[in-house]
Amino acid sequence: MPLSALTGTRLRERRLAGGLRQADVAAAAGISASYLNLIEHNRRKVTADLADRLSDVLGLDRAALSGGGEALLLDGLRLAAGRVPAVPAEIDRLEEFVGRFPGWASLVADLDGRVQGLERAVAGLNDRMTHDPHLSQSLHELLSSLSSVRATAAILAETEDLAPEVSIRFHRNLHHDSERLVVGAEALVAYLDAGSGLEDQTILVPQEEVEDWLRVQGWSLADADLIAGADLGLASLASAAARSLARAYLVQAAMDARAVPMAELATALAVLGPDPFALAGRFGCDPLVVLRRLALVPDLAAGLVTCDASGTLTFRKPAAGFPLPRFGAACPLWPLYAALGRPQEAVECVVQMAGPDGRRFRALAWSIAARPFGLRGPETRQAAMLILPEATSPASALPIGSSCRVCPRAACPARREPSILSDDG
Amino acid sequence: MSHHVLLIEDEQNIAEAIMFILTRDGFRVSHLAEGHGAASLVQQDRPDLIILDHMLPGLSGLEILAALRADPATAAIPVMMLTARGRDRDMAERAGADRFMTKPFANAEILAGVRAMLGL
Repeated sequence: MPLSALTGTRLRERRLAGGLRQADVAAAAGISASYLNLIEHNRRKVTADLADRLSDVLGLDRAALSGGGEALLLDGLRLAAGRVPAVPAEIDRLEEFVGRFPGWASLVADLDGRVQGLERAVAGLNDRMTHDPHLSQSLHELLSSLSSVRATAAILAETEDLAPEVSIRFHRNLHHDSERLVVGAEALVAYLDAGSGLEDQTILVPQEEVEDWLRVQGWSLADADLIAGADLGLASLASAAARSLARAYLVQAAMDARAVPMAELATALAVLGPDPFALAGRFGCDPLVVLRRLALVPDLAAGLVTCDASGTLTFRKPAAGFPLPRFGAACPLWPLYAALGRPQEAVECVVQMAGPDGRRFRALAWSIAARPFGLRGPETRQAAMLILPEATSPASALPIGSSCRVCPRAACPARREPSILSDDG
Repeated sequence: MSHHVLLIEDEQNIAEAIMFILTRDGFRVSHLAEGHGAASLVQQDRPDLIILDHMLPGLSGLEILAALRADPATAAIPVMMLTARGRDRDMAERAGADRFMTKPFANAEILAGVRAMLGL
């Protein structure tokens, strides 16, 4: 390990701590006192051989002289100083500070890191409280039910000459609203009980409950269980809405399993590879079915997202290195949305996720349109995007993110709002 | 002649309770369960006061309020808004609501509010 620019400072600190005279240490190490003085003030570099001798004389661990994490610590402190320009930290004496007080320096850098983390968490929670539609809707439902109960109960309690038929109607209303209150309160409690810590952030909405339930099962449901209509632990889901979503998922998954049996899919995969469009031709089904089935093949480690015509994500199976947004819309550059706008057209693209890893994925997307309200009625759409880890490194990849709010690509022309990771956020 | 109150509220049970207490107190009450149709009803049978829920299917309470205030023929009709959150109240205030009632409200508050707005 190379010696640090602060080796001299450390030697001096150690010598003084041991109550040793400069001349004695210099003599024991075979150098002059004046030369050691220059070294201790970081005006002369120390050779490896001399460092070993001085370490021996001072009883110092050789590794302690090298300052392994020093560069990182210095960078961290420079960033910390830059974040609070109103406080004129002595940047020109930063190395001296780290050398003389490494513990305090580490503490300052660590505290700065914690402040940054907490600020991000606060921004995230604030963003969530503002945009969380489930929480807002649940509270509104509760307040509406409470309003009705209060008003109706007051009429029943305070009106002595209430006509019998009116009394019966208001009693019925009261019963109805009390039931609504119970359902609403249970849903809210289940929602909040699922987690309230800053760290775990595991408060679940029904869709997340279903996704978490599938995650626990390894995202792998046996064809036989699906086709037999097995319960697969639906009762473990906390909310009625989640159980309803899960039942709908299982019905869809059973139909998919009949259309594309997993054993036959494995055989076809060996020949055609994970090409949903070729596989759809092989099985004579819509590519959407194949996209959903490929997402369940463990060896592919694939992610899957689906959305409706509004672009709202209706299903999220994550792929490692491809973060999916919990709330709000996803990155508008996702091929999912290109497919959403072009039904029945195959969309395939290599994408690179924003972030330090910058992993690449092959995204394969497809959408279908339907007119369940009749030919004059509005059109509905379903789109799906399979996310496959990309092993090769093609020359170009589409730069994408998770969602604008947490994407560091400041200059992205598709950005719709500032990122909490930028100065504007 | 009794005062005419138009109640625009999609929660049927809340609407029934408010209609009961106002009717019992001598008011004539019309009811709409959604925002669409409010403008034509106001034109046909001008109310002396409107009780308007904030969250409605179709047109929101704020949209209805904005339309009322934009039309000189209806701009002066007093409007009481039923809101659930402080943020809604701020928006309603900016849109020109005269009085607010926060859910869950008491019957006596509604009645007192209506009477005060009509100068009774």
